[in-house]
Amino acid sequence: MRRHIVATALALAYGAGAPLCAHAAGDQDLAQLRAEIQQMKQDYEARLSALQRRLDQVQAQQVSTATPPAAAPAATPANAPMAAPAATPVATTPAAANVFNPKIALILGGTYANLSQDPNQYRLQGFLPGGDEVGPGKRGLNLGESELTMSANIDPQFAGQLTFSLQPDDTVSVEEAFFQTIGLSNGLNLKAGRFLSSVGYLNSQHAHAWDFVDAPLVYQAFFGGQYKPDGAQVTWLAPTDRYWEVGAEAGDGSSFPGNQRNRNGVGSFALFTHLGDDIGASASWLAGLSWLHSGASDRSYTDLDHTGTAVTDAFSGHNDTLILDGVYKWAPNGNATWTNFKLQGEYFRQRNSGTLAYDTAAQSLGSASGSYAAAQSGWYLQGVYQFRPMWRVGLRYDKLYSGTPDIGLVGSGLGSADFPRLAGYDPSRSTIMLDYSPSEFSRFRIQFARDRSRPEATDNQIYLQYIMSLGTHGAHTF
Amino acid sequence: MKKLFLATAGLIAALTALPSLARVNVLSCEPEWAALATEIGGDKVNVTSATTAQQDPHHIQARPSLIARTRNADMLVCTGLELEVGWLPILLQQSGNPKLEPGQPGYLEAGRLVPRLEVPTRVDRSEGDVHADGNPHIQTDPRNIALVAAALEKRLAGIDPANAAYYEQRYRDFSTRWSAAIQKWERQAAPLKGVAIVEHHKNLEYLMNWLGMHSVGTLEPKPGVEPSAAHLSELVAQLQRQPARMVVRAAYQDERASQWLAAHAHIPAVVVPFTVGGDDKADNLFSLFDDTVQRLLAGLQ
Repeated sequence: MRRHIVATALALAYGAGAPLCAHAAGDQDLAQLRAEIQQMKQDYEARLSALQRRLDQVQAQQVSTATPPAAAPAATPANAPMAAPAATPVATTPAAANVFNPKIALILGGTYANLSQDPNQYRLQGFLPGGDEVGPGKRGLNLGESELTMSANIDPQFAGQLTFSLQPDDTVSVEEAFFQTIGLSNGLNLKAGRFLSSVGYLNSQHAHAWDFVDAPLVYQAFFGGQYKPDGAQVTWLAPTDRYWEVGAEAGDGSSFPGNQRNRNGVGSFALFTHLGDDIGASASWLAGLSWLHSGASDRSYTDLDHTGTAVTDAFSGHNDTLILDGVYKWAPNGNATWTNFKLQGEYFRQRNSGTLAYDTAAQSLGSASGSYAAAQSGWYLQGVYQFRPMWRVGLRYDKLYSGTPDIGLVGSGLGSADFPRLAGYDPSRSTIMLDYSPSEFSRFRIQFARDRSRPEATDNQIYLQYIMSLGTHGAHTF
Repeated sequence: MKKLFLATAGLIAALTALPSLARVNVLSCEPEWAALATEIGGDKVNVTSATTAQQDPHHIQARPSLIARTRNADMLVCTGLELEVGWLPILLQQSGNPKLEPGQPGYLEAGRLVPRLEVPTRVDRSEGDVHADGNPHIQTDPRNIALVAAALEKRLAGIDPANAAYYEQRYRDFSTRWSAAIQKWERQAAPLKGVAIVEHHKNLEYLMNWLGMHSVGTLEPKPGVEPSAAHLSELVAQLQRQPARMVVRAAYQDERASQWLAAHAHIPAVVVPFTVGGDDKADNLFSLFDDTVQRLLAGLQ
């Protein structure tokens, strides 16, 4: 500082004196002096910024090693050895512009599928078709779904999350986009936006957390994959020692088994409850009961009538889905690092009632409409065993019961041969998988399935899959 | 719809009007903090630990029972420093318990109270499961426990002011006994100064820092990556140039890798309890360090 003052004083003195001794001091001297002052100035600035940096570092260290208040009565005379343990904390000063950025997590996935039957012919015989996510996917090498999740606390009351799903066909969709409350009170939680519904067990888990490449058949048949409404959810956790959660959801009902209906009000409604606890130190369980009510209006699909013409049929009406789910997890002493086991099963029962319209575009025998009622069910049971670190093996069995749908048009001019997709059948599938996870963040899987979802063919499906997690360390639900 | 809403609201009101319990419910993430809360809270607190000494605190399932316990807790004591990053956020989110939100007096992150070791200058997953805020296994240095005890006493007194004097008295008593015990352990552990060991995971850094020991390698090739045969063979070769006196693992870690190394490098394999409940002797904080020091000394024989 002193040097700077001297330099400034000199400069001032020189400046002030300049007119007086203008003749004495030549231009050369002037330039030299200027250069010297410039040099001193630069020198000083460098020192100042170095000092500032050191000050910042010291401050950051103090923050990162915040010691308890000095008032703590810890400093009794006998406490000599308690003097701060030697450590060399490193200052971490995140750039100010970045600290409020959301946490980012990225999932990369890819599969290779070898399917013995043409996936374009795939159908779940006996069930009203729903959505693009049904079926074994494309043959050959595929880029799987990539997922980009951003999440952060919004303010002391709310947190938000956005998950993009990037499909291999270069389309982007919003998988989830919601805000939820943080520590509201009394075990209450509110959520609104688009989210994976909490009905059932697997429904609320992202595909990358599944234990198999594909969704159980019950999810494909009754939810067209996963059920994610645009809406709001309230859950309440009871103040009991045993875990008991109840919740309700109101949604737009635009996703299967509902569809877009152009009407005001709530399009779908769900109630669910989950109960869970430990069994000793090694095991724990979670069980749930859920009900979803939704509606559809002219939800169309294509079928071949008895003349062999492709016709568009459509279902209008409402449906109720009941789900029973249960999960049991075991690990010796609750330490899942070496071995662990997970048993999981869900039972679905769905009633559809309303009207079924035949050939809505009048391309074959002319449009007609009649009643439709079906009560269909299904279940799956799967077990996954980690037999040594990094390696897991899993078995799954899927079963669906289509029953015989009650179609009003059958017998009144049309026959059941005009609705071949709805002819009764009980699809089933057996799956075995082996996966290897070099770390928490990477996983490779091989899966083989025998899929008997239609009577005329058995599809032998072989999958190879990779799942990679980048970015923020995710926390997984039970 | 309205009826249902009213019914739900009524039910919630009825159930949340339950009288508050007299004791402070403390949930700890790791057993050492449960033991410490018991030392200071005495019979004025109900303490449970989310994990046991047989479990790896990095890998815990967000079990339903833990969510229920988080829901009913008045105070949460956790190591923090990303140790519980894979499960604690779920418990906090699902519990809907405003007392335990970060920043509230009910949320005590012990790791922030102590000088930290191994704060990485470079955070990259190619280095394994690194913790950006430093090595989180702070409880293996008893001086850190003393620092956390001071903060815990203040928090308890804040949450339950009626018993503030009780907590302070218990804290003073604990603190005096703890200081004496530290001096005793330091005397006993004098022969361990300068001793080189092999660790399973980098989870004994604070213990080594305290007793003047050092590590010449880990069974895990990278933090959080399970030991591999190739890495263990390399380690045996390395130990011929740079010998270690023993291979040390925590009670929750699988014995196979350390026994393999013990047999091939001809050094003893030592298990330390690592936290309260890690073995039969370590049933409180004092016996935890008594036993740890004795087991390490036995490894020198």
